[in-house]
Amino acid sequence: MALYTLRRLLNAIPILIGITIISFAIIHMAPGSPLSQFTEDPTIKQVDKDNMIKAYGLDKPLYVQYWDWVSGLVRGDLGVSLLKNQPVADLILERLPNTLLLTVTSFLLSLLIAIPLGILCAVRAHSRLDQIVSGFTFVGISIPGFWLGLMLIILFAVKLGWLPSGGLQTVNADFSLIDRIKHLTLPVLTMAAGEVAIWIRYVRSSMLEVINQDYMRTAKAKGLPGNSILFRHGFRNALIPLATLFGLALPGFFAGAAILEQVYSIPGMGRLFIEGAFQRDYPVLFAIVTVGAFLTVLGSILADVAYAALDPRVNLSKQEVRG
Amino acid sequence: MNVAVSPNNNTVARKPKNRAWERFKANRMAFISMFILIGLVLVAVLAPWIAPHDPAEQDLLNKLKPPSADHWFGTDDLGRDLLTRVMYGARVSLAVAIFSVIFNLLIGITVGSLAGYYGGKTDSILMRFVDIMLAFPQFFLLITVVTLLRPNLFNIIVVFVLFGWMGKSRLLRGQILSLKNREFVDAARTIGMSDFRIIFRHILPNAIAPVIISATLQMGSMILTESSLSFLGLGIQPPQASWGNLLQSAQSLTIMTKAPWVPFIPGFMIFLTIMCFNFIGDGLRNAFDSK
Repeated sequence: MALYTLRRLLNAIPILIGITIISFAIIHMAPGSPLSQFTEDPTIKQVDKDNMIKAYGLDKPLYVQYWDWVSGLVRGDLGVSLLKNQPVADLILERLPNTLLLTVTSFLLSLLIAIPLGILCAVRAHSRLDQIVSGFTFVGISIPGFWLGLMLIILFAVKLGWLPSGGLQTVNADFSLIDRIKHLTLPVLTMAAGEVAIWIRYVRSSMLEVINQDYMRTAKAKGLPGNSILFRHGFRNALIPLATLFGLALPGFFAGAAILEQVYSIPGMGRLFIEGAFQRDYPVLFAIVTVGAFLTVLGSILADVAYAALDPRVNLSKQEVRG
Repeated sequence: MNVAVSPNNNTVARKPKNRAWERFKANRMAFISMFILIGLVLVAVLAPWIAPHDPAEQDLLNKLKPPSADHWFGTDDLGRDLLTRVMYGARVSLAVAIFSVIFNLLIGITVGSLAGYYGGKTDSILMRFVDIMLAFPQFFLLITVVTLLRPNLFNIIVVFVLFGWMGKSRLLRGQILSLKNREFVDAARTIGMSDFRIIFRHILPNAIAPVIISATLQMGSMILTESSLSFLGLGIQPPQASWGNLLQSAQSLTIMTKAPWVPFIPGFMIFLTIMCFNFIGDGLRNAFDSK
């Protein structure tokens, strides 16, 4: 197992290098240099421009610039925001907790709803209930999050006035749990609406797969009680493919809430990114994109390792390893 | 799998497709969705001739008017006719989805076929590249590159094409891997058929179904992505209308209080279109599935 994990990690190295090369290539695809907003300004003297280019290392050959950038990344140096003049890593760490609060809460809420409903739909496949739930999942996966968000704000904040329309706490008020929950209700519901739909589908199909297995019939033939069969033999096996999907959900915790953060004015990662895009603060954009890509790789490693750990049928020596 | 060699065999070879069509028609939601989408495409194409007003014509005396006989969907914050703008927005949103998915299919099919059929080094290089591209958080990557290139219709399509084909090539590669050692491929190889012909005449027709399904679903997600970008103000720029940027101005409190239809209608169109593509994708899956 440890060996498998190690091999899986080593296999990810070329992918990580590839990610940095592509990020770097995109940075240099940018028309003009990262400093063009300063260098094109005629009021700035040529000497200062040269100094600035030197300070940012833009006079060095490309491979040296690449090396400087990557070795910075490895040390946790994600560059400096052009506009805020702060290290991007600090900006991210400052905003990340808000994003995680939103994404993790809605993830947990979706699982809380989706797992029982998904199981129920698989057990009673093609029943009335299954059809109704499946109809709702179509709505859930099709509804644009920003639109649902706006509609909920119009209904619950503007018309009814029950809930705040944005932010994480009432301005100038002290922190209180109730206040925080009130502010999180709409964004979490909006985000969970889409996630629940997806997870119901995963749980249902994973469970359906298991229900038709021979060992389920054996358990029934032995005369075990229905619930015990369903949970001890059924759900535990259905969880294996789901565990993989949890791993793949990891980058979403980091990057998944951008538009909703904008709709609900939540100062998280996504807003940091969108503000960066408006201000053409490229170091912020590239840092977030690169970190997001690293997390995807990490998530898929976790998924594979979890899968191997949970399912004894997986043959570790022969399994195809990919990033 | 039979191959049509003479006109007589032709009817035999076509039968599975007929059965798939029968099954697709039996799926009521998919069938209805198809008609809704055909209607939307017609409206989008014909917008310049059938739209009741000029999309840019402002009438500040009549701003934020509720739906009426003259303005079926009401007017926006500059007094422009919302129905007209929704019609013109459909042109942009559907064009982005259709063109980017077509080019994604072309790239995805080419890369997937090469990797799956030739295997070995070609396969591992191409698929490693796909892995790398898939690792990037899609939405953030799109925003970054669109911002670098300046946001407009053409650049958005280009960027959606550059970063949207990977899933399809991986899917097709898997399909081809499971087919390429089957007897009918061996037979084609034995009679000295060219690789190109084997791939296009014999392998692809048997491997393409999941790719088509995924392309259908991708139409929906492209519309969502484009409208999200435009909603944020990082995509199609006003005064050009797109379903997403029609909602952009609607974030102000005045509009939310006084004219909730302004964000409701374009958002509902996005929702409806995505749902239609999802139903059709589902219908296609059922139609192709049971063999």
